[in-house]
Amino acid sequence: MLNKQFDFMGIRKIAAMSSLLLVLISLVSLATRGLDFGLDFTSGTSVRLNFSESVAISEVNTTLADAGYGDAVVVSFGSDRDIRVILPVDATVAEADQAGQAVRVGETIRDLLAADGTSQITLEGSDYVSAKVGTELAEQGGLGMLVALGIIMVYIAVRFQFKFSVGAVVALAHDLVITLGIFSVFGMEFNLNTLAAMLAIIGYSLNDTIVVSDRIRENFRRLRSGTPTDMVNVSLNQTLGRTIITSLTTLLVLVSILFVGGESTQGFAIALIIGVVVGTYSSIYIASNVILMMNVTREDLMIPIKEGSELDDIP
Amino acid sequence: MLNRYPAWKNALIFLVVLLGLLYSVPNLYPDDEAIQISSDAAPLIEVDLERATTALEAAQLDFFGAELSDDSLLLRLNSVEDQLRAKTALEDAFGSEYIIALNLAPTTPSWMQSIGAGKMNLGLDLQGGVHFLMEVDMDAAIRRRMEDNLSNVRSILREERIRSRGLSLESNTHLIVRFASSDDRSAARSALVTNFPELQIQNSEEGDFFVLDMRMLPDAVLQIQRDTLQANRTTLVNRVDALGVSEPTVQQQGANRIVVELPGVQDPAQAIRILQRIATLEFHLEAELGASSLSYESFDYQGLPVNVNNDVILQGDRVSNVRSSLDQNGLPQVEISLDAQGGSQMNRVTRDNVGKLMDILLIETKSRTNTVIDESGNEVDEVEFFEEKRLISHARINSALGRQFVITGLTTREANDLSLLISSGSLAAPMTIVEQSVIGPSMGQENLDQGIRGVQVAATLVILFMLFYYRVFGLAANIALVMNILLIFAVMSSIIPATLTLPGIVGIVLTVGMAVDANVLIFTRIREELAEGSSPQRAIDAGYDRAFTTILDANLTTFLVAMVLFSIGSGPVKGFAITLMIGIITSMFTAIVGTRALINLIYGGRKVDTLSIGSIPPRIEATASDA
Repeated sequence: MLNKQFDFMGIRKIAAMSSLLLVLISLVSLATRGLDFGLDFTSGTSVRLNFSESVAISEVNTTLADAGYGDAVVVSFGSDRDIRVILPVDATVAEADQAGQAVRVGETIRDLLAADGTSQITLEGSDYVSAKVGTELAEQGGLGMLVALGIIMVYIAVRFQFKFSVGAVVALAHDLVITLGIFSVFGMEFNLNTLAAMLAIIGYSLNDTIVVSDRIRENFRRLRSGTPTDMVNVSLNQTLGRTIITSLTTLLVLVSILFVGGESTQGFAIALIIGVVVGTYSSIYIASNVILMMNVTREDLMIPIKEGSELDDIP
Repeated sequence: MLNRYPAWKNALIFLVVLLGLLYSVPNLYPDDEAIQISSDAAPLIEVDLERATTALEAAQLDFFGAELSDDSLLLRLNSVEDQLRAKTALEDAFGSEYIIALNLAPTTPSWMQSIGAGKMNLGLDLQGGVHFLMEVDMDAAIRRRMEDNLSNVRSILREERIRSRGLSLESNTHLIVRFASSDDRSAARSALVTNFPELQIQNSEEGDFFVLDMRMLPDAVLQIQRDTLQANRTTLVNRVDALGVSEPTVQQQGANRIVVELPGVQDPAQAIRILQRIATLEFHLEAELGASSLSYESFDYQGLPVNVNNDVILQGDRVSNVRSSLDQNGLPQVEISLDAQGGSQMNRVTRDNVGKLMDILLIETKSRTNTVIDESGNEVDEVEFFEEKRLISHARINSALGRQFVITGLTTREANDLSLLISSGSLAAPMTIVEQSVIGPSMGQENLDQGIRGVQVAATLVILFMLFYYRVFGLAANIALVMNILLIFAVMSSIIPATLTLPGIVGIVLTVGMAVDANVLIFTRIREELAEGSSPQRAIDAGYDRAFTTILDANLTTFLVAMVLFSIGSGPVKGFAITLMIGIITSMFTAIVGTRALINLIYGGRKVDTLSIGSIPPRIEATASDA
């Protein structure tokens, strides 16, 4: 399969520039457009309805607006017979009654839409999230990512070396920013499932980075000649087969979830597909690049010298 | 010898595989629809089974496999429709003293059940139901306690004839008392200090006034929070029982929240109405012998009728604290504290009634469904709410009671139960639903079906790919992959009784994708070794050996991430994290040890010329010319 040895690091400057550009675009979009947070992180009521006949969203919108639900957002959910109606929290209702109100709204909307009699409508389910819980979840999610990154940095610094841990964390941050950026640019909904996907991306991308770093370490220790750039290049080529195949099997799995897993898991699958693609790229170009930029040397990776060894004088 | 596992190792692997199979198999047995009848009042007996049989025969419903155990009666039915009709029929036959709950009964053989092999719990998103996250208003609970303290301080000062220049509540945990002189203040301080162990008392000055600062100790605040949460949970458990739901969950979450999950409940509005009602408590005297039957109400107490006078001594809102404890002789008792007003009311009534019996009633709002005929002649279900009074304590008044008294002569269990019941009627603080989700039964089934299909499609694709790309080695990896899925199911069904949710299924699917990574790492290493000219046997050994640290590092870091996910996440994130963690551990076993055993069986211990591992790549090595 691999007859040619790629000079990955030969285009490392170009790769770094394009990554930087993507990260910038993502950051600008995140700062200006922000993320389209789902109900989980904001607050309000969401109602899922199933129609026996296909339904036009615009008609639902008109019916709801006429009945005083002007601020309702109607989106299709999986098929043209399923819709989701999202309503903000009704501030005129006391907090203690919000949940009950949310249930009544669901029934009201069903009855309202069923009134014209063209379609049998089932209330498939509803969700209500108060403003307080929403904010907490968002804070917890952000905190979780930072904690995860911190723990990984420490682990890699202990198992490998500090320069590798900087490389890994920069690569992870790169993946997260770009994935979030894509969600922001295309206005895709960011909910609890997508948050879980973000953390799964950390796990996946890390996996990739570790495998490459492991090889780099091994080659530095094993091979006597060659510059650090050579070492990295050789390592990347040696792991390329594995990188491609694992990405492929993971993508196979994610595409299966995307197509047969149903609407509820689609956001998760999309987020992870983006993450896996970006993560594969970053483990090749970002982590290694950072390691090279930090002037990694053979001495950085020598096996720690045991006491009494004759190699005591090596720094 | 190279590439041979000792017999004990093979046997061990075989044993794990066997156990995995055994403990995942129960998931294939579909449950029977069932009805569970239980009662707080009395254990169920043969007569109840006969009564149920008669009721079901009258309704022309077939049932089978009736099981009578100490506290419940289980009847199996043929379909969901029968189950619902049976519930209505049995509710009519048994009345509101019994709880008639829809249930699912396992059909796994009894020997499997006896070794603890059961089915995995399905999350609400896979079976339908209602999920509530309720927040307890802790500020209200603490403020109420501090208000009690304030009125108690006032009454103690009055009793001790110490004049204060005003008391005020500065915050929920801080009250101050002003005095005109330093002498008044020290007198007050010595009078108060022993009465309020939960308050820290300090002197301070405010203009011309001498002030006593009384602040609630942090430990006391925590204790109140714990008690309040516990009281609210008890209240919720009682009410959820009244809803007749099979396997409800009522769990504390964090310092001030309670999760309520009601599988199968389809009318969230009714559930909300029942859950948000607060129980109340009433203290009464027993009716005099020969009193007019209009002046009392009869209750059952431990099988005996008790006539309770209609006059209320005081209500639950006067109770400021309840706990079960041991007296100086080590006998169980329930300590009850009242607020100042409650104490004087209690004292006024009891000092004239020493030697008589005092009764405590717990009043709860319950609901029942009645089938009525509406205007158009259709049968419709109507929910009716009613109050249910229960006599929870019947004890003799030994002396005039005041702000603090104890109920003795109980067993430890009775003391615990009584203290929980009293607190559920008195200490429970208001609750707000902060998160709610309703999943319809068809939605749940759809999620489950799609999830399972996702696993099937993903596993098939990966299996085909591995077989095509790695041939015999791919086959070994595939067997390990299937084993891995079985082991995840086995662990989740029996060892860690985790709940399978939709994100959990996604976690399993993702594990499928990532578990083969370990094998890919090993196999590419073996191919490299072969390319470098190693003999097949040596290549296998070196391949497994060299890939091991990489796999360990990669899995350990992913496991760390999953742990972070689990500890900070809620709901879907947790469900995902738990399957990911289990999957990482089981896949380490199957992908490394499992495939090695298979490969050893296939190639080990004999002369092998070639390995069926797909195409072998050319050697990649750094050369000086690249520099």
